Amino acid sequence: MTDTTNMSAKELLGFYQEELYEEARRAKKEGKLVCWSASVAPSEFCVAMDVAMIYPETHAAGIGARKGALDVLEVADEKGYNLDTCSYARVNLGYMELLKQEALTGKTPEKLEKSPAARIPLPDFVITCNNICNTLLKWYENLAVELNIPCIIIDVPFNHTMPIPQYAKDYIAEQFKEAITQLEEICGRKFDYDKFLKVQEQTQRSVAQWNRIASLSGHKPSPLNGFDLFNYMALIVCARSKDYAEITFKKFADELEENLNKGIFAFKGNEQKRVTWEGIAVWPHLGHTFKGLKNLGDIMTGSAYPGLWNLSYTPGDMSSMAESYTRIYINTCLDNKVKVLSDVISGGKCDGVIYHQNRSCKLMSFLNVETADMLQKENHLPYVSFDGDQTDPRNFSPAQFDTRIQALDEMMKQNKEGVSNE
Amino acid sequence: MSRLETIISELSSISNNPRKAMEDYKKETGKGSVGVMPYYAPEEIIHAAGFLPVGIWGGQKSISKARAYLPPFACSIMQSVMEMQLEGVYDDLEAVLFPVPCDTLKCLSQKWKGTSPVIVFTHPQNRKLEAANKFLAEEYRLVREKLQTILNVKITDEALNQSIETYNENRKAMREFTDLAANYPQIIDPKKRHAIIKARFFMEKSKHTAMVKELNSELKSLPVEAFTGKKVVLTGIMAEPNEVLDILKDNGFAVVADDLAQESRLFRNDVPSGTDPLYRLAKWWQEFDGCSLATDAKKSRGPMMMDMVKGSKADAVVVCMMKFCDPEEFDYPIYYRQFEEAGIKSLFIEIDLETTSFEQTKTRVQSFSEML
Ligand code: SF4
Ligand code: SF4
Repeated sequence: MTDTTNMSAKELLGFYQEELYEEARRAKKEGKLVCWSASVAPSEFCVAMDVAMIYPETHAAGIGARKGALDVLEVADEKGYNLDTCSYARVNLGYMELLKQEALTGKTPEKLEKSPAARIPLPDFVITCNNICNTLLKWYENLAVELNIPCIIIDVPFNHTMPIPQYAKDYIAEQFKEAITQLEEICGRKFDYDKFLKVQEQTQRSVAQWNRIASLSGHKPSPLNGFDLFNYMALIVCARSKDYAEITFKKFADELEENLNKGIFAFKGNEQKRVTWEGIAVWPHLGHTFKGLKNLGDIMTGSAYPGLWNLSYTPGDMSSMAESYTRIYINTCLDNKVKVLSDVISGGKCDGVIYHQNRSCKLMSFLNVETADMLQKENHLPYVSFDGDQTDPRNFSPAQFDTRIQALDEMMKQNKEGVSNE
Repeated sequence: MSRLETIISELSSISNNPRKAMEDYKKETGKGSVGVMPYYAPEEIIHAAGFLPVGIWGGQKSISKARAYLPPFACSIMQSVMEMQLEGVYDDLEAVLFPVPCDTLKCLSQKWKGTSPVIVFTHPQNRKLEAANKFLAEEYRLVREKLQTILNVKITDEALNQSIETYNENRKAMREFTDLAANYPQIIDPKKRHAIIKARFFMEKSKHTAMVKELNSELKSLPVEAFTGKKVVLTGIMAEPNEVLDILKDNGFAVVADDLAQESRLFRNDVPSGTDPLYRLAKWWQEFDGCSLATDAKKSRGPMMMDMVKGSKADAVVVCMMKFCDPEEFDYPIYYRQFEEAGIKSLFIEIDLETTSFEQTKTRVQSFSEML
């Protein structure tokens, strides 16, 4: 066992990420089960049954960030996947194809060999949940059919009217029961309800530490740059039901608090303006987007995206767990979505908003115009939007991004001067 | 004009002029119309209220105003629907029923630009569970309540069960029609076939049924002539605009069956029997399969289409791919592989409601026809 006691949060993050992949590879070797899971599908059931988990969205983001997306995107392309579909899905379906070829021929395809991302094993089954999009239903249908494996579906119906009605929670809770039955069948043993309760409690502790980090961006100046959350997100996705996430987040929150006490802030020099970033990161150009803002003296202190994993509920109460998985802001009506974002913006004491018009993600793009408009009426903050994509590097133009954030920066400056002149 | 021709021309003119159909309905009954967005909304509830359910399927259109509200990578049909919302085309509707089975529709349901009230409901996607039926019946209960309030009518269970029968009757007539049409491609060409089906969206259903039944019996009385062209099955969201269908016709293709969301998917199953009408309607969704919008981890669509090809003795499948429709785009690689493995030929054409130039489609269809 590696001694993790003296590791920094950053080291812990790297260590546990690798550890999770290693666990999955080990499980595969030992003939144990591996499951691929949607990023906000309930992890509690599989973890309670000791199934090793892989999260394709995170894996795809890793491939994107390491500039390895084009190779696998090409494989998906050859399989007939349209360039217009989500690039997370295409990266993963392309990668799956390579793994399948390897399994069938015993030979490692060159593109797999060359791929900069962590090697992952093929799944024995998959679990998906549409709380962030219905694309995850289509994508996982295809995984299940291509690999001829079971698919556990947790369907959380779009909440067109808030608050969430009890009958919706009942439907979701019934699916939890069904998922347990399916798991018992897949694993060939009874579901471990005692462990399940412990896993739920663990999940709550992880979420609490995660929220602790996120809330630190409310300080002005901020000890936390939102871009760090993009990185740490990997563990709230992949390990929230294990103590890996709790340990790492606690460490990070402690570090940040310590920095805060010492007057060390995220922005070296003087943070001038604070922005909210709405949407997913542009993984292949993460550096460019980060530096672009930094060079203007801007720091990101608001992002609703990490808040997707604010999955707090009462352990032992299935209805409460159902609610936490369905209330995610992009699974609710526009009014609620705006309300959540409004809190993110004011919580981060932001001066402006950047909308990522994501070519991959229809759900996170098609309401941007209305969202921006409603928020601006409410808070009078300037905003811009730019065209991007979370993993397909071809759909982002650095020059357009720069121009847009410069414009935002100008508007934020004027706003601030206006305020100080008053 | 023969009776057959008269019926076809009447139905075609209705399908080309929904506005007039709405006005006529108002004149006759004093009641207005309720819009029905794609896909699979329980129109029966509107029918039971005595109002005219009107299908909203966009139309051939150049997009300008909608650009401000939708990025270019939104599907072609919703671009045109958005454009028409902004033009006020739908403002005479008393209400709009709005299902949200894809990401695009979830968003669109939150940004209706017309003046009519919008009633949103969600289809469950873990469809084979009993809990899904219960959930959907609850959604439908709310739809009914909202409609009652907006339309100021009471929609009884009795009326609703009656409307379900009316619709089932129509579905049956439609299935008979599509089967018959396959035998008479010289009379029912692709464009006429489409118009006869599309007229359903703008007519009180029992009227449509009566005309289609008459059409069916007229057809049956005619001798079946040998067809020298090629027979195809269409799949996708829809096969519009008419130019696309004309290109098929000009190249000697007959449509002998379809798996289009705008056509046969709507009537290939009846609403099952039972006492609680809302539960019956919910159950329809559970039994429905083979559509990109109805989650199915077994993906029975490919095998279903292969059966369709066999059953209709088709030579090939024409994939009518709605531009930027991700649910359909995700299904494609799977059934394409299944077709390849089974030796079924298929042609991929793009459906773009904005385009006015069909050269590419023409070329593709032409070379495909030479290949068959
Ligand atoms: S990027 Fe958007 S479409 Fe793709 S998986 Fe995430 S939420 Fe779904
Ligand atoms: S199913 Fe496809 S065509 Fe229909 S609204 Fe959704 S994305 Fe558009």
